[in-house]
Amino acid sequence: MTDANSQAMAAAAARRKVLEGLRTTDTFFRLLTHSSAYLVLAILGAIFASLVIGGWLAFSTFGLSFLTTEIWNPVTEQFGALAPIYGTIVTSAIAMLVAVPISIGIAVFLTELCPMPLRRPIGIAIELLAGVPSIIYGIWGLFFFAPTLQRYVQPELIAFFKPFPVLNQLFAGPPYGIGILTSALILAMMVLPFITAVCRDVFETVPAVLKEAAYGMGWTTREVVKNVVIPYTRVGIIGGVMLGLGRALGETMAVTFVIGNAHRISGSILAPGTTISATIANEFTEAVGDLYTSSLIALGLILFFITFVVLALARLMLMRIEKKAGA
Amino acid sequence: MALDLARYRRRRIRSMITISLCWAASAIGLTILAVILATLVYKGFAGLGPAVFTEMTPPPGNDGGLLNAIAGSLVMTFIGVAVGTPIGVLAGTYMAEYGRYNKVSSVIRFINDILLSAPSIVTGLFIYEVLVRPMGHFSAIAGAAALAVLVIPTVVRTTENMLLLVPNQLREASSALGMPQSLVIRKVAYKAARAGMITGVLLAVARVSGETAPLLFTALNNQFWSTNLNAPMASLPVVIFQYALSPYEDWQRLAWTGALLITAAVLTLSIAARWLGSSRTSQ
Repeated sequence: MTDANSQAMAAAAARRKVLEGLRTTDTFFRLLTHSSAYLVLAILGAIFASLVIGGWLAFSTFGLSFLTTEIWNPVTEQFGALAPIYGTIVTSAIAMLVAVPISIGIAVFLTELCPMPLRRPIGIAIELLAGVPSIIYGIWGLFFFAPTLQRYVQPELIAFFKPFPVLNQLFAGPPYGIGILTSALILAMMVLPFITAVCRDVFETVPAVLKEAAYGMGWTTREVVKNVVIPYTRVGIIGGVMLGLGRALGETMAVTFVIGNAHRISGSILAPGTTISATIANEFTEAVGDLYTSSLIALGLILFFITFVVLALARLMLMRIEKKAGA
Repeated sequence: MALDLARYRRRRIRSMITISLCWAASAIGLTILAVILATLVYKGFAGLGPAVFTEMTPPPGNDGGLLNAIAGSLVMTFIGVAVGTPIGVLAGTYMAEYGRYNKVSSVIRFINDILLSAPSIVTGLFIYEVLVRPMGHFSAIAGAAALAVLVIPTVVRTTENMLLLVPNQLREASSALGMPQSLVIRKVAYKAARAGMITGVLLAVARVSGETAPLLFTALNNQFWSTNLNAPMASLPVVIFQYALSPYEDWQRLAWTGALLITAAVLTLSIAARWLGSSRTSQ
């Protein structure tokens, strides 16, 4: 009797112990996942904080004129971010002008036109373009793409635009090969797969009945795409474009190879220039003096801020279309 | 009636033009990929020999290989992925399992998606500020840390997405058997989502192994064989960067060979990841 009793008690105690152990691991695991999730937020905060602290010296020395000065002179320790900011925005803008139509074209091709068996392989090939590391675009751009442009394309552009009053300023000067335009074209190639992927995904959210109804009314492919697919997915397309823009603004290595790293603002898009990321990549390890380093980190903060805003807008738009697709 | 026919023809022609432009756009995309790969093979294959894998990076004018750079890349990628993956998996687990519908998760998801596309050079600056400057010197640890910061968002995202795909009935059934939640997650949800999560890790490896910008001023470079994690370490991308921009022809040739190696590795990884992912979904 007492034997059975003590056995039952021992079993109960053992069970309690196991349950307790389980409860401890349960709590522990939950806390672990919880803190890891918060770590993601903490990383973002820490990046912002470290850049603000690192760039503080530059901001306090130059004040707001840091953003509006073109001079970048390590010898006299005069630093202004205008030329890199200008280069970043111009290269990304040209890249978008080139990449967006091509991306939308590929996405339309992949969702509407492409024969079924080819869809997957071509889709994967375009995605692989996104997988090629940025340094590869850089070395390819420097040794293959820039010389090709210099020899065959830029002289034609200069000659072609010569008679036009404003455009000849834009395409002026000797064909260097490297420069703003070359960087922009490389950037276009790099962001193309990202925009294509988003566009393809949002095009696939268009309900088939809408398209079938439109085709049934006798609309041509062009009319269906223009009047049904694109209006239905407009927000998503803009989101994809912003996502690509965010990538283009921050892209470093490819641009560093082909931009020419010249700290000046030139009216011609064939001239060498610089971008924020290329300046940092080129000069950071060689920067002597606290002010120089701090100015470069301040540039990093500006870049992070711009891309943060662009990417945040992109996400908000994509979230809207996801809600639409879910509803 | 005749007017209508003319209009119909015009519509057809405009449609044909649009269609051809879309075909042309795809042709451009495929051509870019083909030209890049062809250039890489053409220029990189010439320098490819056993010396690449057995000798150190040379001074200009000497023969040599890329052994220390390859080893450095492997070491830093391995550490970066080994550190970043658990954090990413756990964070993704929180968002998919514990806080699926709460506000914090959607904020983290939003921030994580931004980190996913944030410029990698900024990560380098961040690690420089928090690790390199206090330590007083460049080091492989700092390089690996920068890579880990890049691994986390990729893994968070795929983990969350894959766990969200696991049917809720599985969780309910195991909970009904009396399993505590952490066991349900680890023994049931992880098992069901395993292929997708591995895909995510492979994609992260692919992304990180080609990264140059975050290593430039964290791990720096090292011309010699080094296994000291507390010292600067060579990596393939940084060596390519340095050698490609040098005026020496033999350095440039090595840079192309390195570029070929990296691209081959990265593309193989991403194809493997895709194949793994699709073999899972077709089941």
